[in-house]
Amino acid sequence: MTETNIDAALAEELHRIAPDIALDDIDRTQDLREEFDIDSMDFLTLVTALGKRFDLDMPEADYPKMQSYDALLAYLRSKMA
Amino acid sequence: MPEDTIIKSEAAAKAANMVDYAATYDSFRWEDARREIDGLPGGHLNIAYEAIERHVAAGHGAQVALRWIAKSGERTDYTYLELSQLTNRFANVLRSHGIEKGARVYSLLGRTPDLYIAALGTLKAGCVFCPLFSAFGPEPIRARMEIGGANVLITTARLYKRKVSALRDLLPDLRHVFLSDGMAEGTDQLSPLMEAASPEFTAEPMHPEDTALLHFTSGTTGKPKGVVHVHDAVVAHHMTGRLALDLRPGNTYWCTADPGWVTGTSYGIIAPLSNRVTMIIDEAEFDVARWYDILDRESVNVWYTAPTAIRMLMKAGVEATKGHDFSSLRFMASVGEPLNPEAVIWGNDVFGMPFHDNWWQTETGGIMIANFAAMDVRPGSMGKPLPGIRAGIVEVTEDGLCEVTKPLAIGELALRPGWPSMMRGYLHENARYEKCFRDGWYLTGDLAMRDSDGYFWFVGRSNDLIKSAGHLIGPFEVESALMEHEAVAEVAVIGVPDETAGERVKAFVGLKPGYAPTEELMLELSGHARKRLGPAVAPKEIAFRKNLPKTRSGKIMRRLLRARELGLPEGDISTLESDEQ
Repeated sequence: MTETNIDAALAEELHRIAPDIALDDIDRTQDLREEFDIDSMDFLTLVTALGKRFDLDMPEADYPKMQSYDALLAYLRSKMA
Repeated sequence: MPEDTIIKSEAAAKAANMVDYAATYDSFRWEDARREIDGLPGGHLNIAYEAIERHVAAGHGAQVALRWIAKSGERTDYTYLELSQLTNRFANVLRSHGIEKGARVYSLLGRTPDLYIAALGTLKAGCVFCPLFSAFGPEPIRARMEIGGANVLITTARLYKRKVSALRDLLPDLRHVFLSDGMAEGTDQLSPLMEAASPEFTAEPMHPEDTALLHFTSGTTGKPKGVVHVHDAVVAHHMTGRLALDLRPGNTYWCTADPGWVTGTSYGIIAPLSNRVTMIIDEAEFDVARWYDILDRESVNVWYTAPTAIRMLMKAGVEATKGHDFSSLRFMASVGEPLNPEAVIWGNDVFGMPFHDNWWQTETGGIMIANFAAMDVRPGSMGKPLPGIRAGIVEVTEDGLCEVTKPLAIGELALRPGWPSMMRGYLHENARYEKCFRDGWYLTGDLAMRDSDGYFWFVGRSNDLIKSAGHLIGPFEVESALMEHEAVAEVAVIGVPDETAGERVKAFVGLKPGYAPTEELMLELSGHARKRLGPAVAPKEIAFRKNLPKTRSGKIMRRLLRARELGLPEGDISTLESDEQ
């Protein structure tokens, strides 16, 4: 999967959970939960959806690596590299 | 005795604050509990005085009262003396802006020191404090500020711009907005005002029955209810902190609840400080590794958390605890919703002690039924009533109320009112308040049973309220927000079981003619609800229906939707007129 595709897929999954937040309006380097106004439950839903979509194991121990949009994107890229 | 009972050793029992439950319960008198707080001359008192000033006066000013852990992991300590001066400054800021005794001061803040300073400074000044959960959207915020007649709001620039600025015209009572950071039109920056204010202030001597706190809770129908608590509640906060949480002066204590909910105030501010512990405050949201780090590094002695978090820790597995030292941990408790027996036992296996589940509500102000340090734990049970609290299982019929004493008979959990932290009313809603009482009992709305040894067991709720991640959500508030959308003809909101959060909010939506049930519309509705309500209240799932099941009088039958969703028997459907399609 190309990097653009990963980016698009992440944006799509986030849109499903927080359709009221536009990607252009957020700071991609800041706290993901705050930027998208999502709670712990939403975050779990997001991780589960991404894991399923990319067939990835995304253990809780890795959550600290998913703190911002950019960090999560980098994490996904590294897992699929 | 049930097989899985967790037996407390004699040594452990002897070390507890309450060694003998039965003897303490029998001899307990509230006037004795009242002697454990200092009070002020003339029969007056002030929660903030009990929480801070009396410890400073007794020479404990140098003890850390609050250790704040920022999202970045950076730690900041505030001693009792510093907390005293900061809250004095805050009280002076209120006074210098013409905010007098009795005014309503709201906060909309994350778990930052400003929140704790504002709460205690407000109480010191004799004003009423009302904390709002920062994950609320504009609609729950507006409703709560309007009902309570908020005069002052403390928030951040970000939260103000996102959620409050557009509401200003709707809130005529709101006189001042103080920002803990940043700037925005129509607001004042708090920090220069704090710096300029005097660190001297004498806590306002309050009548025990003067209002101190306003907490909002959801109703099945209608608007959220403003639950009124008074300064005298500190007597119960202090006593229950000592007996149900086993708090001791000098302990390190971590309550993971947000002060936007009653637990985070009663047991995240008042009870711990009045018992002179060092409180850990973590700004960040739940994270497995971070939480184990905090328990270990801060040498937490007493930990009060919630089932959702415990279940997430269980999911992460024992491996996540490896390399950590939890030897300082002495007592663990849980509240918010019933803790499943597996989680109680898991705690015992992993930490060498069970989670002690307890039960109470926003209305009761403090812990009512609990598993105590010196008492054997029956996993799945909420424990036994606190000393000073008389609990019963009752059956309410048209003829009146009757107490059911037969062991394991299911009925409504009821309490004999009269303890200091009991609500004094629902603000401006006396009829709703009166409805909670019958024949000298307060009816809790929860169904429960009592076993032959006096342990209480939660069975279910007698109403449609949803409990998600420990937060009580009223279906009506969610339905109202969805109804505002032009495509929505009718809507019913229920709680569906969720492995981690207990329940998850699900909305069933019937569309107006001309609207098609597309994925796109579903996302639009979801976005609409999130914008209005915020992530903590908005539905996590939306399903379209052509028609919702209704009674002859046109009332949507949430109960039936829920039974069908869960595959349960549909029960009495004789009133069903128009069925689900």
